[in-house]
Amino acid sequence: MSADAGRFAAELAALDTTALSSYSLGVSDGDVDRALGAEHLYPRHVAALLSPAAAARLEELATVASERTLQRFGRAVRLFAPLYFSNECLSTCTYCGFAKDLDVVRLTLTPDEAEAEARLLADRGFRHLLLVSGEHRVAVSPDYLTDVVRRVAAVVPSVSVETQTWSDDTYARLVAAGAEGVVHYQETYDRTRYAEVHVAGWKRDFDRRLASTERAADAGIRRLGIGALLGLAGDWRADVLAVAAHASYLCRTYWRTDVTVSLPRIKPCASGFQPVVPVDDASYVQALCALRLAAPDAGIVLSTREPAALRDGLVRIAVTHMSAGSSTEPGGYSHPGESQEQFAISDERSPAEVAAMLTAAGYDPVWKDSFPLLPPTQARVDNRGTEVKRRAQASAF
Amino acid sequence: MSVQATYADPLVIGGRSFTSRLLLGTGKFSGHAVMRDALEASGAEIVTVALRRVDLSRAGEGDILDFIDPTGFLLLPNTSGATTADEAVRLARLARAGGMPDFIKLEVTPDPRYLAPDPIETLRAAEMLIADGFIVLPYCSADPVLCRRLEEAGCATVMPLGSWIGSNKGLRTRDAVEIIIEQAGVPVVVDAGLGVPSDAAEAMEIGADAVLVNTAIAIANDPVSMARAFAMATEAGRLAYRAGRAAPRREAEASSPLTGFLGQHGLGQPSLGQHGLGQPSLGQPA
Repeated sequence: MSADAGRFAAELAALDTTALSSYSLGVSDGDVDRALGAEHLYPRHVAALLSPAAAARLEELATVASERTLQRFGRAVRLFAPLYFSNECLSTCTYCGFAKDLDVVRLTLTPDEAEAEARLLADRGFRHLLLVSGEHRVAVSPDYLTDVVRRVAAVVPSVSVETQTWSDDTYARLVAAGAEGVVHYQETYDRTRYAEVHVAGWKRDFDRRLASTERAADAGIRRLGIGALLGLAGDWRADVLAVAAHASYLCRTYWRTDVTVSLPRIKPCASGFQPVVPVDDASYVQALCALRLAAPDAGIVLSTREPAALRDGLVRIAVTHMSAGSSTEPGGYSHPGESQEQFAISDERSPAEVAAMLTAAGYDPVWKDSFPLLPPTQARVDNRGTEVKRRAQASAF
Repeated sequence: MSVQATYADPLVIGGRSFTSRLLLGTGKFSGHAVMRDALEASGAEIVTVALRRVDLSRAGEGDILDFIDPTGFLLLPNTSGATTADEAVRLARLARAGGMPDFIKLEVTPDPRYLAPDPIETLRAAEMLIADGFIVLPYCSADPVLCRRLEEAGCATVMPLGSWIGSNKGLRTRDAVEIIIEQAGVPVVVDAGLGVPSDAAEAMEIGADAVLVNTAIAIANDPVSMARAFAMATEAGRLAYRAGRAAPRREAEASSPLTGFLGQHGLGQPSLGQHGLGQPSLGQPA
């Protein structure tokens, strides 16, 4: 463990998710009963919910998860869109379509272009945007990133950022620019496997990445997104256990902070990467049920990586946040097909179609669920020391 | 025949008079149309809406406010999502600038898990908003001293929680709420946690002036019927409170007590006051 390992790193080491995963393979029906009946779940409970014994009772698991989701989140699903603004990258991750050495068309949007994409998405109804890029600290410098966040925050009330990790004052600058959320998926919590797939670049540093969510929270970021990329490591149960423990740690430590979790599964992309052990749909549903019960207050995010039928089913069970009508290439909303996408999406329905599906299923599609964190017309100083006047917000609050 | 037809019993908040003592929240519904129908069925006259859900750029295009008739309801914007006093004050000011009434339901909940109200920031925000001319209805912990301080600051009501928001656990704070009711000079609205109509009836029976319900109605299989059920229970609880409940007793008691003669010929009678608090007051002081 390196010197800048975050505080959760020690807790993760003590947890021994591999042993818990092995334990889950032998749990009894009674263990599953106890986990289903527990008000607060301990790691052994979560392991029981991930067990083959629980898999045989998936409908029961889904019923309990569904009740918990309904009580905490109501009949409402939050919609957001990813806004990919750069696919340039200095890291080599064997599973990613943006990896440094891949021969693909590279593009970083100008701040004007990023703002134009944001306006286009706002016109489609979105009020929550997730800014996504590869890991290129020159093309996506802190100055540039702050500028993009500030521009997009003037268009929509809620902006989250999924870029590389930072160890300087960048998170604090993002907060000052109006960023509400930061998303850093650990991809896998298995150190050995992590080292195998993160071949080069900053992302290769497991501890730096793990600590970054804590640094973002320390800087005042209000929504933290974490997750694991299922299919990357051989033992999906161990990764789900780690995500649950990580969420629990963040909730305990940063009590003012919202935590969302996600378990994307590996999709086909330019890297040609094949999952070690594919996670089948039933196991996937089981994992999300366990996560819901382990972290009942955490939003669960599901992207368009997953096919429509699965997404429609999962909103009734555990999912509370969905993207819709996504493009994963920079500038892809204004000029589709001119750059390289990160991965292929599966649910190709438009935002309006997804909203209509939610309504038909008895859920309210929620586009806006936040207010701008900065005063709308206050004169402020930008990162170059110039006073700037924010434009009047399209959305007053 | 409704209670209101029997005798006038208005709920007065911020100088406005209301017939219904059931306030409704608007979150967690499966859609705006069913929310509107539930509001209608509840007979509520005060409806609270989270400002973070309101999108003025969508007015007239299906925004939540399009489903709440401003002539039929007092629209009570709330500051849900605010984590500090400053954020709550800014939201309230934006609401007023957007043409909403001066009434504001103050919510400062820095903890996203239990949505527990921050007593310090809530009091601070209340003081700022009252100085700014707002009529403030604060969601707060069931803390008798905090409620006194909020009242002294000039709040129009106090709104102690029955249990955590959305928990449907009922009036877990009953002992504290009884003290708050005993002490309050402003209406006491039990807000949050009431899970079934009998919880609302219980709050009203012990003398709460009103209840605010959201989750229990919004996530019911039939929100419209549940709204109606809460309306009936609220009314029943109020009527029972005004009727003056008999104190519970451990053992059966003959209907002609041996000391009945004491009531005759000018002899003294034991007090029938509730919990030593005297008779329930009939209506709020204007």
